Amino acid sequence: MQIIIKYFGQLTEITHIEEETLEVSGTYIYELLETLYRKYNTLKTKDFQVAQNQELVSKETKLTGAEIALLPPFAGG
Amino acid sequence: MTNKKTKNVFQSGAITSEFIGNSIYKHQTKTSIGAHNIFLGQVRADEIDGKTVSAIEYTAYEDMANQKFHDIRESAFAKFDLTCMHIYHSLGTVKAGEICLFVFVSSPRRKVVFEALEYIVEAIKADVPVFGKEIFEDESHQWKVNS
Repeated sequence: MQIIIKYFGQLTEITHIEEETLEVSGTYIYELLETLYRKYNTLKTKDFQVAQNQELVSKETKLTGAEIALLPPFAGG
Repeated sequence: MTNKKTKNVFQSGAITSEFIGNSIYKHQTKTSIGAHNIFLGQVRADEIDGKTVSAIEYTAYEDMANQKFHDIRESAFAKFDLTCMHIYHSLGTVKAGEICLFVFVSSPRRKVVFEALEYIVEAIKADVPVFGKEIFEDESHQWKVNS
């Protein structure tokens, strides 16, 4: 399935893009992450949470095809 | 006074004292209110390894952030007897000494606004996907993390 993936904050310094659409073959979030770690070597060293359809999810959550966002630590306020 | 529609909380750049003053002024017509409480987040000129922060550049996952602000608003109205509540957060560059967050709660009675304001500010810090790039005077940077 095709999934839109968004990157924020310091993660964009690794990806050099803020958004991309990838053809994903896996079933779970962690499978998508493995694909991203292969594409962006240093991503694995960074602290981030994953949101699917704008809700934080665990790595064992099933991919639904909704938008995925990789969110580094929050710094609001 | 809860608003079911998701509002846009974000403003471009610093939140000015004129804007804050005007917000207070607008509440003069709401005469059931007996107490306001206001939190203002200000960009601190932190010194890190001999370099001083001159500004923070804010970005956000805006759709999710506005949804989270909405959830926080709904939950605060459910928990506390508030007459109204306003939240504004900056995006883009805010210089040291300028205001980046303005939270404004109002109630008939004072005790409620003290509790509600702390609840709201802590929830914003923990739950809302906003990111801050701390820019130093020599134009290098590091990424801010809420503690």
